[in-house]
Amino acid sequence: MTDVGRHPRIQLLTLSEVVDVKGYVGNFKVKIIKKARYVDETSCTACGDCANVCPVVRPDEFNIGLGSRKAIFSPFPQAVPSAFLINSKECLGHNPAVCSKCVEVCAKKCINFHMSDEEIIEEVGTIIVATGLTPYDPTELDEYGYTRFDNVLTSLEFERLVNASGPTKGNLIRPTDRKHPKSVGFIQCVGSRSARKGGLYCSNICCMNTIKSTFIIKEHYPDVEVKVFYIDIRAFGKGFEDLYSRSRRMGAQYIRGLPGSVEETDDRSLRVAVENAATGKLEFHELDMLVLAQGMKPAPSTQRLQEIMGLQLTPDGFYLEAHPKLQPVDAATRGIFFAGCAEGPKDIKESVTQASAAAMRAIRLMCKGEITTEPITSVIITEKCKACGKCSEVCPYNAITVEVKNKKPAVVNSAACSGCGTCSAECRFDAISMNHFTDAQIMGQVDSMLETAPETKILAFACTWCSYAGADYAGVSRLQYPPNVHLIRVMCSGRVDEKFIWDGFRKGAPVVLVSGCHIGDCHYIDANHWTEKRVARIHKKMEKIGLRPERLQLEWISAAEGIRFAETMKRMEKIRQTITAEEIAETQNILSKL
Amino acid sequence: MSKSIPVKQTATGDQNPRIGVYVCHCGLNIAQSVDCAHVAQTVEQEDGVVVSKDIVYACSEPGQQQIKQDILDNDIDRVVIASCSPRLHEPTFKKMVESVGVNPYMMDMANLREQCSWVHMHEREEATLKAETLVHMSIARVRQLEPLIEDTLPLTAKTLVIGGGVAGIQAALDLADSGYDVTLVEKSPSIGGVMAQIDKTFPTMDCSI
Repeated sequence: MTDVGRHPRIQLLTLSEVVDVKGYVGNFKVKIIKKARYVDETSCTACGDCANVCPVVRPDEFNIGLGSRKAIFSPFPQAVPSAFLINSKECLGHNPAVCSKCVEVCAKKCINFHMSDEEIIEEVGTIIVATGLTPYDPTELDEYGYTRFDNVLTSLEFERLVNASGPTKGNLIRPTDRKHPKSVGFIQCVGSRSARKGGLYCSNICCMNTIKSTFIIKEHYPDVEVKVFYIDIRAFGKGFEDLYSRSRRMGAQYIRGLPGSVEETDDRSLRVAVENAATGKLEFHELDMLVLAQGMKPAPSTQRLQEIMGLQLTPDGFYLEAHPKLQPVDAATRGIFFAGCAEGPKDIKESVTQASAAAMRAIRLMCKGEITTEPITSVIITEKCKACGKCSEVCPYNAITVEVKNKKPAVVNSAACSGCGTCSAECRFDAISMNHFTDAQIMGQVDSMLETAPETKILAFACTWCSYAGADYAGVSRLQYPPNVHLIRVMCSGRVDEKFIWDGFRKGAPVVLVSGCHIGDCHYIDANHWTEKRVARIHKKMEKIGLRPERLQLEWISAAEGIRFAETMKRMEKIRQTITAEEIAETQNILSKL
Repeated sequence: MSKSIPVKQTATGDQNPRIGVYVCHCGLNIAQSVDCAHVAQTVEQEDGVVVSKDIVYACSEPGQQQIKQDILDNDIDRVVIASCSPRLHEPTFKKMVESVGVNPYMMDMANLREQCSWVHMHEREEATLKAETLVHMSIARVRQLEPLIEDTLPLTAKTLVIGGGVAGIQAALDLADSGYDVTLVEKSPSIGGVMAQIDKTFPTMDCSI
């Protein structure tokens, strides 16, 4: 930790949050808000004189409320940067200055109530997202009585209680009477592996964390009775099984079965009812203290950052990697990487391993000093351009300039163009060609697909980032769906030109599906808004000329929604079955007259 | 090995394309529900297809060697690889064709695994028919492909690390020690994250900070 604070190449911004990310791989522009600390962190020596005179006492977050701190405080003794800070909401002296005792005693004069939040702009080539986790809050699992009984603790609270730097200096006591407990119970999978509450997934660390805790208890207090209530003990890592068997040898009891209820007795101990799966009998255990092995949830900032950077999440809410095995630390967006629990629950060793891998991946991109860009960009066919300005209006990157007044044709800045193809789809004069996804290439696919028995087939367009990836995910999950679905991959659903759809219907397609990223998740900022508008426009036209609008479907399917993809395909087939050969012939007849 | 392949660039695609088609078995991943040899045979007669083969593992070293040799022997100027998802192996096959002088953008992949064999596992006939259509579509696409050249842009050799827990710290240090500038952004007043709250850690029971 201290290495980070000292490193000449690391700029450390604490109390800071990323609020905006623009640009692309190699050239990201990041806006960061650094909140006021009210203490100059470069001159503060963390002597603590200020905190000694501060009259405001508050629960200490670092010790999860088991200890106290002042309104001016250092988060914990080894904090980096090693500087105090003021919580301005708690401080009396901030405005108006009624207290300011800390200012008076600070020899270095580093307290400044007038400090304000700073906006910092950083230009970077790569980004590593290591936003971590938030421990599962067991309040909703009322049967364990976490909010009702003071001697029911979470595993992190217990950790602070037996931690040498914690509020009791590692002395294990019961919160209610400050006596040594004679028995401690642990309940596993709190908020994990549950379809009911918390998450469906295994939180990875709780088994080993509990085993570690039993070890600490038995090491210091061999007479304390330790009971662990579990479903399975997952001790799969190097050295894990050994620690588990040592814990058993030291006398910790492992009881298979999760308690159904917890009640408090008169002396504020806890009576736990559990069906022991080994004996099949209902057992009651009296314990002085109960620890809930809380699982992991994604950090609260995950969703906000996901939106800012256009990343994807798994159904569990953690970040989705580009490929689960071959690109486990890459985001689908080039130049962004994941490390630690941001990507999924993991322990310290795995987090460190993944962090080094992410650093390596970032270096691999940056070491050449330049970045190669995909030539998948739009090209203006100048002689066809009428300088209407539509392309420049729809471009999410402001990469196209058109001088509408002077009737000067459009110009594309290909470095800024990211290749969504929305401009090409929206141009009414066919004056924009999209490299690698030209009209001829896509129509070639549509036509060849519908060459034989078109009435039996479903034509689907899918964006490469979300829906096509969702289809791949359905494949990896072996989800079965009707075999008449044929996907055409485009970079963005914004590329799906009206004429592709009409062409499909003209060639006899019973159903056409356009699919892309969910609104707000588009890889091209908001290009899929134009998809939505376009489909609405086509629906209206279909109605007007006498085509059933249901035959054109729009569905948002994310990369993690394999199930949704398969279900959508089944729904498409149901719609297709309602369309008769006569209806298709009638459609072709109508369209041929237009 | 360098060989210049004459590629005529016209708006409607090449008039005389020479296409190579490879239908990958992926071991049994594709071959168990798709008759790969049959697919390769069916498309053999299509316009412009000069080679059409099924292949056990297209991505393997011998698989790539065979394709590369075919490209050289038959003056193939565009390739269809019918195998797994392009999201997995597109870079592999782009590099492969480039190494024998074919522009990497003159290659297309038909997704016969994630979007065919794995999702229609018990319908061999239908899956094979779909595979034929997918390869047919891919051939239509490669006929229209045009060579493209990748561009290079300057970059900022600096990394933003979001989050100062154990993962963020490790990543920042590895980068900085390798000579890259790092900005480490942490929401709370100190770095350390959850790790800082923990004293002993499993399995070695040593301290975390």
